[in-house]
Amino acid sequence: MNKAMPLLPDSASQFAPEIDRLMGAEIIFSVFFTTLIFLSIGVLALKYRRKSEEDAPPHIHGSLILELAWTLIPFAITLVFFVWGVHLYFRVYTPDPSAMEIFVTGKQWMWKIQHPEGPREINELHVPVGRPVKFTMISEDVIHSFFVPAFRVKNDVLPGRYTNFWVTPTQVGKYHLFCAEYCGTQHSGMIGTTYVMEQSDYEKWVSGGEESMTLRGEQLFSQYGCATCHLPDGKGRGPSLVGLFNSMVKLQTGAVVKADEAYIRESILNPRAKVVEKFQPVMPTFQGLISEEGLLQIIAYVKSLEKEEGGAQQ
Amino acid sequence: MSALTEPRHYTSELNYLNNGWTLKSWLLTKDHKRIAMLYLISITVFFALGGLFAAAVRLELLTPPGDLMDAETYNKMFTMHGVIMIFFFLIPSVPATLGNFLVPMMVGAKDLAFPRVNLLSWYLYVLGGIFAIYAAVQGGVDTGWTFYTPYSSTYSNTAVIVTAMGAFVAGFSSILTGLNFIVTVHKMRAPGLTWGRLPLFVWAHYATSLIQLLGTPVVAITLVLMMLERGLRIGFFDPALGGDPVLFQHLFWFYSHPAVYIMILPGMGVISEIVTCFSRKHVFGYPFIAGSSLAIAILGFFVWGHHMFVAGQSTYASMVFSLITFFVAAPSAVKVFNWTATMYKGSVSYATPMLYAMGFIGLFTIGGVTGVMLATTALDLHLHDTYFVVAHFHYVMVGGMVMAFMGGLHFWWPKMTGRMYHEIWARISAGLVFIGFNLTFFPQFILGYMGMPRRYHAYPEEFVVLNVMSTAGSSVLGVGYLLPAIYFIYSLYRGEQAPPNPFRAKGLEWETPSPPPTENFLTTPVVTEDAYAYAEKEVKALV
Repeated sequence: MNKAMPLLPDSASQFAPEIDRLMGAEIIFSVFFTTLIFLSIGVLALKYRRKSEEDAPPHIHGSLILELAWTLIPFAITLVFFVWGVHLYFRVYTPDPSAMEIFVTGKQWMWKIQHPEGPREINELHVPVGRPVKFTMISEDVIHSFFVPAFRVKNDVLPGRYTNFWVTPTQVGKYHLFCAEYCGTQHSGMIGTTYVMEQSDYEKWVSGGEESMTLRGEQLFSQYGCATCHLPDGKGRGPSLVGLFNSMVKLQTGAVVKADEAYIRESILNPRAKVVEKFQPVMPTFQGLISEEGLLQIIAYVKSLEKEEGGAQQ
Repeated sequence: MSALTEPRHYTSELNYLNNGWTLKSWLLTKDHKRIAMLYLISITVFFALGGLFAAAVRLELLTPPGDLMDAETYNKMFTMHGVIMIFFFLIPSVPATLGNFLVPMMVGAKDLAFPRVNLLSWYLYVLGGIFAIYAAVQGGVDTGWTFYTPYSSTYSNTAVIVTAMGAFVAGFSSILTGLNFIVTVHKMRAPGLTWGRLPLFVWAHYATSLIQLLGTPVVAITLVLMMLERGLRIGFFDPALGGDPVLFQHLFWFYSHPAVYIMILPGMGVISEIVTCFSRKHVFGYPFIAGSSLAIAILGFFVWGHHMFVAGQSTYASMVFSLITFFVAAPSAVKVFNWTATMYKGSVSYATPMLYAMGFIGLFTIGGVTGVMLATTALDLHLHDTYFVVAHFHYVMVGGMVMAFMGGLHFWWPKMTGRMYHEIWARISAGLVFIGFNLTFFPQFILGYMGMPRRYHAYPEEFVVLNVMSTAGSSVLGVGYLLPAIYFIYSLYRGEQAPPNPFRAKGLEWETPSPPPTENFLTTPVVTEDAYAYAEKEVKALV
């Protein structure tokens, strides 16, 4: 980080130079029009300053052509910014399919990060350089906002709902991690450090010997007795979870929903909300029993249950 | 702009100010001018209070660590600053004082349509203010003026309900003022005063009133829902109670974005009056300025989602809200260009109101172009909830609205009080306000782009230089606001007697003595020409 007074924050994601470029274009536009207005006021005020109390200025009503020009020209230019901005904005919310996932839980007043391979950290975020990373985030209490200025991207972290964005870190280094949505007394203390590491360093760091999220999820799955009903062969009292993730599920109501993270989370906390066709609503709620981190681990486990080849199931 | 039907020899010494000296004659008055003065005194008190909270915030931010006060106190300071400045200063500022005083006079009426309702609206405002002050005495509130759930409804341990009640009650005052203006403009215009001849100040207040009437009930309902969730644990917004926290933001901004236009449109009306008077010119593009006020009022209701680009809103919703926001920028730009063009070939005076008006146009332009940046979805990903947003809305609200309010106050002060203020001191303080304002808020644009989040009690070392500049600027700004308080009060005792029309302005309010008689006009004025007919015939100053 610059020690002197810098005018641009560090730049460490593939979006950063693009957002800087768009900002630069809008600054040029803004400086042009602001200067135009300031200069016009200055020149007109000087040139037409009151010379005597008897000044008799002419009567000028207006000009349709001028009105149209100064309405439409700036508007047309700003529409370019609109399209440019939306194009970039949609890309931030369309994760690269190959992105590795990192799970973020916000809590008054700390950031808890889980890596699928196992490591968990608080107020620190380690990511490898050059690999797309998708953040899946949820809050345990109030609304927070996950903000790394060097990535030029932030997103609110909501209670009760997953939100996502993704970046590809581009520059090895140490960067700020802020909470950007006011979240109570220690809001300004809900900060941390983002470490963008060389890929090899990250591999070493992440294989620190901790249990993976999937393994932890599996332990929770048996601890809460999920396995007694959700038999892999589909003959249990609950539907089989094998191959469930991202599949289309038909509900009792006839509706079809996609079994994404939000669906699995809801089905654990509020099982009667979306009951699968041909099953009875007998599952108890786990609301208040499993932490948001635990839920993410169970979801990681469910995601890992892919259909085995040949369909051989015990 | 009009000819009184009888000669203007109004010799009586009786005016609205000396017509009764008792406290009762003020507190039970139905005279819109006296109610305007009551409002002026009350909003000045709240402006001072909000300013003190701002000073505390700026002092804390002088150094990176949170060392002057603890985090909770700091959070209360910026919350009370926001609540008081928005609900108790900015929203009533121009409409309830200058608007109250001038709308009936500008349309040639004796009073507003419902004088008792007008008095009621002031009492509601005071009641709301008492709630807010009671909340401060109770230990304050720390939710931010936006009351975001579930923090406000479940997690905060401060006086949330009392504060929200204050905003709720003050909202009714705003609704009643809006209603009064709409009926007055429709039903009480003087003979000959067609819609096309209305002063732009009246058009701006008409548009503002529409928003007040249609928007304020929504925030009232939203605050009630939030209070019900907090007080009775009925789930609307807290997911733990089955609610949706983002729903609160939709409802809140459905009012609170249009509320931004409640705060700025009346200021734009003031600027239209000042620029024409001090350029001695007909306004450039009258129908475009009047129409743009209505366009802003209507479009303003469809842009609320631009506060939520990173709040988990659907990306397609963000796209639509962004587009409509670009549309609403156009009518604001139209006004800026037309005011500037009005000066062309004029006779431009550098009197204090004009200095404020020129400041307004420049600073509002900066507020506007930075608004375009924030409306760009991708840029908001970075800028949202940083100091860039703080700088942007202070350029619009302080650089815009407060400048307009100060300009208007100087312009109509002689009319309202019958006294002239000290012109040299007034120009000095206008200069101090302009310099102090820019020094305070321009560095915050850079801070925001650097990544400093708003509402931070402590911040990393690298932001210190810009924060020191900002705090230094705020002390200059403070002096700039303090001086007028002194020379205005001084003018009441020692100021020169004001003639009926010291600036040789057009408009019915200038055709009656300063200060005006209780009934405004001795005989109903008849309007025979356009507003701003500066060139058509010479107007002699009325003495």
